[in-house]
Amino acid sequence: MLIQATRLTKSYKSGLTETVALEDVSFDIKTGEFVAIMGPSGSGKSTLMHMLGALDTPTSGTYLLDGEDISTLSDDELAEIRNKKIGFVFQAFNLLPRTSALKNVMLPMVYGGVPKEKRTDLATKYLRMVGLGDRLLHTTSQLSGGQMQRVAIARALAMNPSIILADEPTGNLASVQGEEIMAIFKKLNAEGHTIIMITHEPDIAAHAERIIAIRDGRLITNRNNKSPKERKKH
Amino acid sequence: MDYFELLTSAVEALTLNKLRTALATLGIIIGIGSVIALVSLGQASQASVQSQIESLGANLLTVLPGSQNQGALRGAPGSTETLTYDDAKAIAASSQIPDISAVSPEYQSRAQVSTGQTNSNVQVAGVTGMYETVHNVSMAEGTFITDSENQSLAKVAVIGPQVAADLFGTASPVGQTLRLNGISFTIEGVTVSKGGSGFQNPDNIVYIPLLTAQQQVFGVDYLSNISLSAKSQSVMTSAENEVGYFLLARHHLSDPSKADFSILSQSDILGAASQVTGTFTSLLSGIAAISLLVGGIGIMNIMLVTVTERTREIGLRKALGAKKKTIVSQFLIEAVILTLVGGLLGMLLGIAVSYGISLLISLPFVLSLSSILLALTVSGGIGILFGWYPARKAASLSPIEALRYE
Repeated sequence: MLIQATRLTKSYKSGLTETVALEDVSFDIKTGEFVAIMGPSGSGKSTLMHMLGALDTPTSGTYLLDGEDISTLSDDELAEIRNKKIGFVFQAFNLLPRTSALKNVMLPMVYGGVPKEKRTDLATKYLRMVGLGDRLLHTTSQLSGGQMQRVAIARALAMNPSIILADEPTGNLASVQGEEIMAIFKKLNAEGHTIIMITHEPDIAAHAERIIAIRDGRLITNRNNKSPKERKKH
Repeated sequence: MDYFELLTSAVEALTLNKLRTALATLGIIIGIGSVIALVSLGQASQASVQSQIESLGANLLTVLPGSQNQGALRGAPGSTETLTYDDAKAIAASSQIPDISAVSPEYQSRAQVSTGQTNSNVQVAGVTGMYETVHNVSMAEGTFITDSENQSLAKVAVIGPQVAADLFGTASPVGQTLRLNGISFTIEGVTVSKGGSGFQNPDNIVYIPLLTAQQQVFGVDYLSNISLSAKSQSVMTSAENEVGYFLLARHHLSDPSKADFSILSQSDILGAASQVTGTFTSLLSGIAAISLLVGGIGIMNIMLVTVTERTREIGLRKALGAKKKTIVSQFLIEAVILTLVGGLLGMLLGIAVSYGISLLISLPFVLSLSSILLALTVSGGIGILFGWYPARKAASLSPIEALRYE
């Protein structure tokens, strides 16, 4: 089992009031799955995503990633987990400004201690994989939104992580570009990558094999998607 | 962590906002520049004072008459008539004073000199041949006064270059005559300029034989001082003691506190002079150091602004696996580059300024390795000191908060 979340709970204290963002959420994810986590804003899905991404630790409950308990690790250990095991794709792309696509993709490998020649080779390979082989040295401002998100996907692949964690990856994109991004995710999934995608759009979630729905901090559905949506024909 | 990568990304970050980087560095440039310039000028003036004092004679001791206590009144040194030519001869002849190599008895006073056309009020020094040795006198022309001229009460004079210029203009004075208190003297030499100033300017002086001065010009039988050369710098103190006890015995005095003379060593004068210039140097450097501190605070301020501006970037870097140490190093390296570049430019500025000033007021140009090393270590240290807090602040940002930051 790749991910085992058991009774994950997260609460925040501000002054005397305690806000519970997530309560008793349990589920498993196997290697090679494509899972969508759905829920309206304020449902706690972002909090769940932070925990799955090792950006935050739960107040109670356990989160096993590759059999390792993440909830007790220090900041620097979490940083290492994020570097080696998780590839992030954010809604706002979050690329380094005024920096080439190649350097952006190389950044996780810099932190992961990959030697310089290998960094360039791998980054080139992943950028070709997402169809940007001809834009290696373009800086962020010279790319369209869809292209920036593809650079972000190449960056997520850089350290060959256990999971690709995408937070509203199509939220800032026009629907045509959104479909292109989803096509890349499906292709990666077909190649064996595990993909966890957070979204509030049912249309985007419909691409996944399994849908986990969250509302008011609680898990309300965890069902298989019998017929994942095929790529739209143009 | 790849330090080359950290270095290049720091340089890239700094070149993004060139004006801001330049202004932040300016504080350090001015701070380091003024410290270097002032330290260098201070050392230069110290060296200049030292060489001027040393040019008055190597290992010089001066015996002055006076300081005689009359009841409760303590007389000023030099105001009495207790030193004689015989004292000087006795010092030179004594076997109890092995550390003295030369003895120069002197009588100095002011007098009117004239050549018939012009006249001037100058310092007149009655001297023996030893004066030339003890005071490092060099001749520009002619010869200095000799002991036999002294013994024979010869009417010869050697004049300083300023007297020569005042009385004879550009013409050579050797062989000409001048009149001192109505007595004619033949000029037999002109000394080389020592470049002094003030009351005892060695360039504005007329030397005549000591006995001639005492017996024929001024009518006195005492000396105004005895100058002594110690054999070396290291025996100055023992030479001073030997002469002191010898003169006490000769003047039949048993209590050193009642001595009717005082001994001034060149190192006393040197010490006092270098203390004055040293105090000035440290005072000015202290003021310059304050500007350096202000520059450091400027760096900290800019780094704090940078951290706030780049909150999202820091969050992203942490999400991608940057550890605290990595973020701290990144911002610390940026701060240290800022201050080191500032320190380097400041050093060049300081050297240029002190070189310019030393040309302007004809001081020797002194550049010490220690001040260069100081500038570089201090500027690097300022980078670490004032970059530390912003770097820690950046590293401790939570990646979630940082990613969410707009």
